Amino acid sequence: MARIVVVTSGKGGVGKTTTSAAFGAGLARAGYRTVVVDFDVGLRNLDLIMGCERRVVYDFVNVINGEANLNQALIRDKRVEGLEILPASQTRDKDALTFEGVESVLNALAETHDYVVCDSPAGIERGAHLAMYFADDALVVTNPEVSSVRDSDRVLGLLSSKTRRAEQGEEPVKEHLVVTRYAASRVGKGEMLSMEDICEILSIDLLGVVPESTAVLNASNAGVPVIMEEKTDAGQAYDDLVARYLGEEREHRFLTEKKGLFGRLFKG
Amino acid sequence: MGFLDYFRSEKKRSASLAKERLQVIVARERTNRGGADYLPALQQDILEVIRRYIAVDDDAVRIQVEREGDCEVLELNVTLPETE
Repeated sequence: MARIVVVTSGKGGVGKTTTSAAFGAGLARAGYRTVVVDFDVGLRNLDLIMGCERRVVYDFVNVINGEANLNQALIRDKRVEGLEILPASQTRDKDALTFEGVESVLNALAETHDYVVCDSPAGIERGAHLAMYFADDALVVTNPEVSSVRDSDRVLGLLSSKTRRAEQGEEPVKEHLVVTRYAASRVGKGEMLSMEDICEILSIDLLGVVPESTAVLNASNAGVPVIMEEKTDAGQAYDDLVARYLGEEREHRFLTEKKGLFGRLFKG
Repeated sequence: MGFLDYFRSEKKRSASLAKERLQVIVARERTNRGGADYLPALQQDILEVIRRYIAVDDDAVRIQVEREGDCEVLELNVTLPETE
C-alpha cells in the first residue's frame, strides 16, 4: 500500500510543480516505485516540467471516465527507473474530477506503487481539495513572502479539517514545510523573512529550504526535474529534502550566503 | 555585523515588519477557523425560534464551540430583554 503525498500551497507560482517533479524523481531514484499525478485540470504542466509532454496520449480524466485504462495513461520516465506520471486533462470542465473517480484511481495506483505524489493546483477549489483529501503526508510549499505564508496557513487549516484522515478521526496528515526561492543574502540584510520566521509563524516542521536559483528555470526549460542537476544548489537542496523525508538526518545547507572576498572584507 | 551595517541600521527592516503583520493576521484567521461552517446558520435558526416566544435583539444569541481535549462543547448564550 502506497503512501499518498500531496504537494500543496494555496498560492500559485511558488514551486509546487517543480517540487512535485523533483520529489517524485528523488523518491524513484532512491528505489521506490513512484507516480506523480497532476491534479491541475485545465492547466496541465507537470508533463512539461518533467519533459514528457509529447508522450501524453490519455490523461487522468480519460481514466476516470473509463475512456482509457490506467496503464494507457501512465507515462514512464525515460531517465529514472520506477518513475511514472499521470498527466492532467486539458478539459475546461471543472467538474471532470469526481470524488469517486479520484478515489478509485488513487486506490489503483496505491496498489502498484510505493509513493503517489499529488501535484495540487493553486487555490482551494475542487482540484486542490481532491488533491489533498486522500493524502497521508503533505509538502506545503511556501515562499518567504507575506501572501504565500498566509495562504500556506490557510492550507494547513484545510489539511487538518477537510481531509479523509481528519474526517475519519485518524492520525492527522503529516505536514512538512518546504521553503522555496530562498535568498539567503536578502535574509541577511533583513529584507526577506527567514526560515526561522516562517517556521515560527506556521509552526510546522521544516523539511527543506530550496534557494532561489537559476538552475530551476534552466531545468524547466529543458524538461528535467531539477533534482537531476546534481551539481546545482537547488538540485542538491531537493536531494537533501528527499533524504530527510526518507528518514535520513541531513543538515540544512544554503541558509547562509556564500561570501566572496569582497563581501567578507566589508561584513566581517 | 560589519562596520557598514552601522550606517544602515536606521531603517526598520522590512522582514520584521512582514513577520509582525503575518503573526497578527494568521492568529486572527485561525480563531475564525476550526469553527464549524454551520455555526452562523445555527445561530440564525436559534434566534428565529426564540423570537417565536420572546422579542429579542439581533445580537441576543451568541454561540461558540470550545475544544476541551477530545470533546467539543457548544456554548450558547441567550440574552433576554430586561423585564420592566
